[in-house]
Amino acid sequence: MSLNRREFLGRTAALTGAAMLPTATLAADKIQLGSILDTSGIFDAYGKPMDQATRLAVAEINANGGLLGREVEIIDYDTQSDMALYSQYAQKLTRQDQVDVVHGGILSASREAIRQTMRKTQTLYFYNVQYEGGVCDRNMFATGVTPAQQVEVLVPYAMKKSGPRVHILAADYNYGQITARWIQKFVQDNGGEVVATDFFPLDVSDFGSTITKIQQTAPDLIVAPLVGGAHLSFFRQWAAAGMKDKIPLASTTLGVGNEHKVLTPEEGNGIMVAYNYSQELDTPENKAFKEKWQAAYGDTKAIHELAVSTYQGILLWAEGVKKAGSIDRDPVIEALETGIAIVGPAGNIAIDPQTHHVTLDVHIMEFEDQGMTVIETLNQVAPVDTQAVCNLQENPDDNTQYEIEI
Amino acid sequence: MDISFVILVEMLYAVASLVLISAGLAVVFGMMKVINLAHGEFMMMGGYATITAVGLGVNVFVAMLIIAPIVVGLIGLVVERLVIRHLYGRLIDTMLATWGLSLVFIGLATMIFGNTTTGISTPITGFAVGGYQVSGYNFFIIVVAVLLVIAMIAVLKGTRAGLIARGTMQRSDMAAALGYSPDRIYMATFFCGSALSGLAGAILAPLVGLVPSSGGAYIAEAFITVIAGGPSLIAGLVSSATTFGVVNQVFTFAISPVIGEVALLIAAVILLRAMPQGITSRFFRGRL
Repeated sequence: MSLNRREFLGRTAALTGAAMLPTATLAADKIQLGSILDTSGIFDAYGKPMDQATRLAVAEINANGGLLGREVEIIDYDTQSDMALYSQYAQKLTRQDQVDVVHGGILSASREAIRQTMRKTQTLYFYNVQYEGGVCDRNMFATGVTPAQQVEVLVPYAMKKSGPRVHILAADYNYGQITARWIQKFVQDNGGEVVATDFFPLDVSDFGSTITKIQQTAPDLIVAPLVGGAHLSFFRQWAAAGMKDKIPLASTTLGVGNEHKVLTPEEGNGIMVAYNYSQELDTPENKAFKEKWQAAYGDTKAIHELAVSTYQGILLWAEGVKKAGSIDRDPVIEALETGIAIVGPAGNIAIDPQTHHVTLDVHIMEFEDQGMTVIETLNQVAPVDTQAVCNLQENPDDNTQYEIEI
Repeated sequence: MDISFVILVEMLYAVASLVLISAGLAVVFGMMKVINLAHGEFMMMGGYATITAVGLGVNVFVAMLIIAPIVVGLIGLVVERLVIRHLYGRLIDTMLATWGLSLVFIGLATMIFGNTTTGISTPITGFAVGGYQVSGYNFFIIVVAVLLVIAMIAVLKGTRAGLIARGTMQRSDMAAALGYSPDRIYMATFFCGSALSGLAGAILAPLVGLVPSSGGAYIAEAFITVIAGGPSLIAGLVSSATTFGVVNQVFTFAISPVIGEVALLIAAVILLRAMPQGITSRFFRGRL
């Protein structure tokens, strides 16, 4: 038999293709959920419980027979609190492992490091963290609270309790910069004034001069979107200087990583926050969630806002898959855009089709003896900040993070 | 008036913490010409020793001022016997070896304590100066640094052991000829240097969140302070810590903490360009 080169190439290609077929179907047996989180390093207080929540949610889905009759498998990478590892592992997840969906990213810097990779490879992406808002990307769903949901309720409450002159201390990267601007907007909207804004790189841990400076500006209130373990020193040094009972503190981040349990009651009591979740929420869903967590991990101490967001994000995705009857990206997005809702540990949470963000309950809370006591609850708050700038129904190709102008 | 006092305290605090951070390195580098790149990790271990001891119910001051220096000093002793003593006089080799040690210590601390931020709260409360609140702990650090400098002068100038140590540093062969074993003197010096690093780490522990890689944050400042100080051990340490502490705080108050750090580094570059052998090669010559 004689073969010319073209025939030879054609046949070998067909053969190799046929040889690969069984493995391809085998891999498709399980639905693959990629998880990319900092489970070690300075952000591990955020990442570890998020990882536990991911496992809990997936175990629960599998215990109920999986999705579309298939088991869900987690493929996870620990990014070690190193932003450079995010892009590397995102490539691995999307190109090598070719997962069906990715849940993960903690800091806004990490989200922006991987978001475009997800978009390019058409891998559906869930960012389950409270953040500065404004990301308009059809490929991404954000299931955490945004400034309009959080700052808009927190700032007026805190200002009413203290006064109109506000000093902002923020982490120096996109989250802190943008959130600081939101805080400024809501302070002004409520007739207040921002007397100073300071930004700190994430590794700054000496706040001595800052504390003196704050006393010079003598504000009525401090709002502190500080992030990570090093910045926790601020609250410690603030209390050590004896300032805690002189100028009230509000934060948009303290407590999402259970920082209220690391700080002693003397350091933490009275700090004002606003989130979607508190362990002290008295609902049957929260009780059931805490029991499940207890059974899986021994105690519920580690549960925090971001863990619950992650858990709810995965359940929302699972609802979308069920409704779509498919694991492919486009049908799932279309199913999610019908406004899918679940009742999670933090209450009812619904996808907002226009922005791919969520409508959820927000609670104003105060730290009290290492817990968060709910002061006031606002039901079903819509992400109006992102809605004002983003409409994925009209403009599905949008791929921008909008920032607020003042 | 109040504010100038508060800023003065902050400046003294910055100088004092530089003295504390650098003292251990200054002893080991200044007296033995050993570059200890694991200095930051010795500090980190001092911090963990303190937190562990406090967790076991020890009084926090006992833990910081006694337990941590002894624990880290003993670790230093082991390191000296096993590694450093084989490398005296080989500058590059000691750098490489101690860098390896720093990686080992970070790894060990991660295995034992986990890569999680820990900390203890500050044991001293703040107080008011006029309209301002000042951290009482800053005063504690200033006092410890002053006592430390006085103790170092007293030991090196006033005791026979200090005399022998200084003699060995200048001419180890002559000290050996007079019947003193340089090997043992180096061992004791390294123990003291490590203990000082441990003390610094312990005292700074309540101010920060501690992770196994915390040491890296101190190493640059410590080296800059010691190198810019020059040949005299104590005069060099105090003069360069003062220079950098003041520069850092002036810019921190005038602009921002980030600019303060930048100003410190720029000051170091200018200083070393003008005085390549360090401050004490031109001023305070021949002092201790």
